[in-house]
Amino acid sequence: MSVEVPQFPGFRMTTLGNGLKVIVREVHTAPLASVWCWYKVGSKDERPGLTGVSHWVEHMNFRGTTNIPRDQVKGIIEQFGGSWNGYTWIDQTTYLETATRDALDRMLFIEAERMGSCLYDPGDCEAERTIIISELQGGENDPDQLLDQEVTATAFKAHPYRHPTIGWLTDLQSMSRDDLYGYYRRYYVPNNATLVIVGDVDAGEAVRRADQAFGAIPPGDLPARPRLVEPEQLGERRVTIRKEGTTAYFKAAFHAPAVTDADFFPMLVLDAVLSGAKGMNIWSSFRTPPPQRSARLYRALVERGLASAVNAALLPTEHPFLYVVSATVNEGASLDAVEAATLAELDAVRARGIDADELAKAKSQLRARLVFENDSVTNIAHQIGYFETIAGVDLYHELPARVAAVTADEVADVAARYLQPSTRTLGWFEPLAGGGDAR
Amino acid sequence: MSGAVASGLAPSRTVLSNGLVVLAKQATITPAVTINLAVRAGSVGDPDGVPGTAYFLSRVIDRGTAGRSADEIADALDRRGISLAIHVTRHLLTMACTCLAEDFEAVLALVGEMVMAPAFPAREVDTRRGEIVTAIRQDEDNPAVVAMEGLMGLLYPDGHPYGRPGKGTLDAVARIGPAELAAFHRAWFAPGRTSLAVVGDVAPARAAEVAARVFADWRGEARADVPLVSPAPAATRRRVVVPMMNKAQADIAYGYTTIARTDPAYDAYWVMNNVLGQYALGGRLGESIREKQGMAYYVFSAFDPNAVAGPLVIRAGVNPANVERAVASIDREVEAMAAAGATPKEVADSTRFLIGSLPRTLETAGGIATFLQMAEYFGLGLDYDVRLPDRLRAVTVEQVHEAARRSLGADRATVVIAGPYQDPLSEPRA
Repeated sequence: MSVEVPQFPGFRMTTLGNGLKVIVREVHTAPLASVWCWYKVGSKDERPGLTGVSHWVEHMNFRGTTNIPRDQVKGIIEQFGGSWNGYTWIDQTTYLETATRDALDRMLFIEAERMGSCLYDPGDCEAERTIIISELQGGENDPDQLLDQEVTATAFKAHPYRHPTIGWLTDLQSMSRDDLYGYYRRYYVPNNATLVIVGDVDAGEAVRRADQAFGAIPPGDLPARPRLVEPEQLGERRVTIRKEGTTAYFKAAFHAPAVTDADFFPMLVLDAVLSGAKGMNIWSSFRTPPPQRSARLYRALVERGLASAVNAALLPTEHPFLYVVSATVNEGASLDAVEAATLAELDAVRARGIDADELAKAKSQLRARLVFENDSVTNIAHQIGYFETIAGVDLYHELPARVAAVTADEVADVAARYLQPSTRTLGWFEPLAGGGDAR
Repeated sequence: MSGAVASGLAPSRTVLSNGLVVLAKQATITPAVTINLAVRAGSVGDPDGVPGTAYFLSRVIDRGTAGRSADEIADALDRRGISLAIHVTRHLLTMACTCLAEDFEAVLALVGEMVMAPAFPAREVDTRRGEIVTAIRQDEDNPAVVAMEGLMGLLYPDGHPYGRPGKGTLDAVARIGPAELAAFHRAWFAPGRTSLAVVGDVAPARAAEVAARVFADWRGEARADVPLVSPAPAATRRRVVVPMMNKAQADIAYGYTTIARTDPAYDAYWVMNNVLGQYALGGRLGESIREKQGMAYYVFSAFDPNAVAGPLVIRAGVNPANVERAVASIDREVEAMAAAGATPKEVADSTRFLIGSLPRTLETAGGIATFLQMAEYFGLGLDYDVRLPDRLRAVTVEQVHEAARRSLGADRATVVIAGPYQDPLSEPRA
């Protein structure tokens, strides 16, 4: 069965015989094509003892296949001037190539190989073990990232969103090649994947080529995904890291609605009022700072000299994740003062909601960001695959309308319900003398 | 005065009567316009003894003008969903943003006001100073920044502008106030030192016409650039370790000075760097240190075009137990490249990659604007995108080898290591 969407000419969605979903959108502004292959597996699918396995599997899937030797995997698309990458997060794992349109067959071949024929050479597994531990330790060099990890682990006590995507160090030290390969075989089946092709292609022809590349890969038993619901948080939680450093960091995390929840879009508008609109593309939008000079938290923290930066993140996720406010404490200011000012702003919006002018500004920011974040075939393909994997692609097409429909009353309502003191987790990074003294 | 070329990107270039250059290119993937305004007012213009002046100015130029308060500017930007990014390099201060096409005129007028008539209100200067002090303190605790700034100080010694920290020092920042910022603005901001790129859903003729209106009254003498010399290349190996025992991973910065962007050998250096530390996730360095030895999540080399001899820097983040093994591996790779150069296949692969990347580089309005400004700054011509593939195809294996021989060598490397690592044999840090 093939579905076309009238408002997007050149959009086609179809499912191959082996269950692989294929979505194509024609965009003819540049002679390029972007191919993304998405899998419904992320760190929330990992059991204790195997944390980090999804991300490690992603690394292994760049390490050679039956028909692409290891030393050619990374260059195979660069010969066409293409770029390639991949990422793993809490709900999903994805791989991409963007290159000139004449490399389409090559890109489809790479993704088909990745789905069915990766090798998992034991020596390569060991090399990746130390690479990933290096990635983890590089992240630990950043106090803000360290604090984020601890706050997330504290905010969840049951749901697997609690552990970091990169995994816990002890699991990375003990996992075996068989753990990795077994996980790969379980999740990397066509009926657990979505292939997205966007660019200067003919939609019908692209589907036919996808069928040629992937059609022979047999389907597998669909793995069950976690259905666990985080129990309601009954009281404020705190975590404080005291470590050598130069700068203090503060975080306040609240449980947030899933992207399919009716509360998500009012929360998105609330976030824009508090810290500026980020948009909905985690691949590109967060690389551009939000318009936030007149946002409430910016004025309360940065303009008053308490923090050098403040940001907040509400990310589209399949299950309820977190709304996290983060601040970098200014030299000479205190964590106490930053916490008090942040909580005062959150209490104010919880008590009184937002006004009509703030609503209009937030919506207009989000409208602009939704335009800016779809400025390339790579970004459009990301958004289609991302939403299809966590919620269904229809939601991607509805984003502007869903933002436009939000009312001030709905924003006040979500502020009152989601920003309660009893459901928050507060995090401090308190620097001890000794950091930066080398200079 | 106006010019255009017939194929490829074919941007239009208009020079206003006051000397300001307007580059424009229509692109319609989204109903948006990217504005990228570059002034030749980078950190090389920092007054002697006051590093960080250009950076400080970049943090406050958008916080009040002769006609609008900081709050009014904030509201005008936020209401349109715009974040204005202001970025300072050694040579340029760039103000860039993307707006909806319907907002183009109003936003360009606002950007123009900031560039021509910033007010530097004392309260704003004080608030931004606090942020800069915090940012410098964060850098002091960041091994990657410590290693990189240490390396640049050694490669560009004796007060060379390339060797100074871009954000400045705590001492210098304390001495910068509204008067110092206004003086820097007077010295370096002039229409003849400014180029504006407008790319997106607006016709080039209209872009030029709006720019002419916005900047019509701007006057100012375009003084000459700061005279710069290329430093003497290092004759011996230098190595410095900066212990940061509170960290989990060590950062290595290993480098050389090379050539200026205008040097005829530039394309050969570009290909050589791609083979050494870029192609297919880190080139030869990535293959050895990451792929085969599993020592680092990141390892790469970066070759940075500049007005005078710019740096070629190899970077890696490694476990402290692997520092010596990683440095030895880098030594081996640079020695091999200097001794034997790259293979014909490597040169062909990298050349194809660099040529084939062009359509991706020029896909977005932001990418086109950055490319146009780079070509304008280095005087590469309006048809540079058309000529670039042939220039790269003309690079020979011998030229790549010559570039490696001239620039690389373990016995001439400057190495800085910052992280949880101590080296009692290291010389004191400069």
